Amino acid sequence: MISLDNVAKVYHTREGARTVLEGINLSIAKGEKIGVLGRNGAGKSTLIRLISGAELPTRGKIHRGISISWPLAFGGAFQGSLSGLDNVRFICRVYGAPIEPAIEFVREFSELGTYLREPVKTYSSGMRARLAFAISMAVEFDCFLIDEIVAVGDSRFHEKCHIELFEKRKDRAMIIVSHSADYIREHCQRAAVLVSGKLHSFEDVDDAFSYYESQP
Amino acid sequence: MNNSGTPLLRSFGIQVRVTNALIMREVITRYGRHNIGFLWLFLEPMLFTLGVTTLWTIIKATHGTSLPITAFAITGYSSILLWRNCSNRAVKAIEPNLSLMYHRNVRVLDVFAARLILEIVGASTSIIVLSILFISVGWMNPPADILTALTGWILLAWFAFSLGLAVGAASERSEVIERVWHIFTYLLFPLSGAGFMVDWLPKQYQDIILWFPMVHGTEMIRHGYFGNAVRTYENPFYFSVFNMVLTLVGLALIRETGRRVEPE
Repeated sequence: MISLDNVAKVYHTREGARTVLEGINLSIAKGEKIGVLGRNGAGKSTLIRLISGAELPTRGKIHRGISISWPLAFGGAFQGSLSGLDNVRFICRVYGAPIEPAIEFVREFSELGTYLREPVKTYSSGMRARLAFAISMAVEFDCFLIDEIVAVGDSRFHEKCHIELFEKRKDRAMIIVSHSADYIREHCQRAAVLVSGKLHSFEDVDDAFSYYESQP
Repeated sequence: MNNSGTPLLRSFGIQVRVTNALIMREVITRYGRHNIGFLWLFLEPMLFTLGVTTLWTIIKATHGTSLPITAFAITGYSSILLWRNCSNRAVKAIEPNLSLMYHRNVRVLDVFAARLILEIVGASTSIIVLSILFISVGWMNPPADILTALTGWILLAWFAFSLGLAVGAASERSEVIERVWHIFTYLLFPLSGAGFMVDWLPKQYQDIILWFPMVHGTEMIRHGYFGNAVRTYENPFYFSVFNMVLTLVGLALIRETGRRVEPE
């Protein structure tokens, strides 16, 4: 069980304090899949980072009763001067996962071959995406946080990711943020909409969708 | 580093794992996998110390006293390297690691701790290897009181660690700190007790110089090396209290930095 209790996040910018999220309440049970819709800049990624614990909330409490992934996106969470393999080793060490099977999996899944020994900063964005996804699947979690994962990758790789995440791991909880309603409709049981820092929850994905569409 | 009531033992396990992962990451990016790789960790401070030892031998930096110059230079310069390398490596340590902070358990303190532990290991290995080397060829006598020397070194390492935390966290707050700190370390060099014994100074200057914490470390290490052949003025109690306060200041600054860090 994951729960957010009256969570707020304020960033300090040059123009003064900017409230990105305010009064967020949300709870996710084991195995539940929930979508969060929002336009660009609505605070979706911030919400995901707060749930993951990468950033701390300004106010409110976040309870994490199950193991939660880092925000999975096609990129990020890498150190650019380390090679692909060294990034895999780093992440395994941090999460206490066995290294050898993870390397085996990443090698097979990412199809990056000898590039795995090159620094990640020399990768193309497609290569990064493959590595990022492969690493995220090499460590197991009870809940996956998925940030705009739809956009990148050719269709064959996209299909592989789909099987790995939504079929092999369909028993896990997932929090998916996206501006694509179709993607959320396909994978989630319920959805919430982020509008100017406030979260509006709906039991039904279609209700969330029509509310999202009605926003100016 | 948790706020959801993770049991202490598990937290400790996570801490060890994360620090270890970050140390490996530092070693690989700094020294690479090629040639002699991570041996540079202590070869670099060793070569530095050797160079300074040669220089001080030529200019007879012991000022006509009967003190053996090799041991004097090695104890002095190693002490400087210990705290200077620590604080320099801690400056702006967050940015190259920012993308790794996507992982919940990788926190600001861990990034600093990994770098500081590496520097301390490097500087310690350097002084141990050099001492063994020079003792075995007969240019240096074995330390008269190894326990005192070791205690001095450990207290100085503590100082280096807490200084690193404080300066590192402060450098994240403002660019000015980053620039001014390098000037500061140069100015502290002649005042750190590396190039002189406190006993050589006139009384009124002794009282002033003993306010500088690192002087106590260097004096204590030399007390251990030379035994009763020299008169030293260290006050381990003052040094420990200073370290304790500096550690608290460092941790408070780190905590504050941790609140503001935003992964890429």
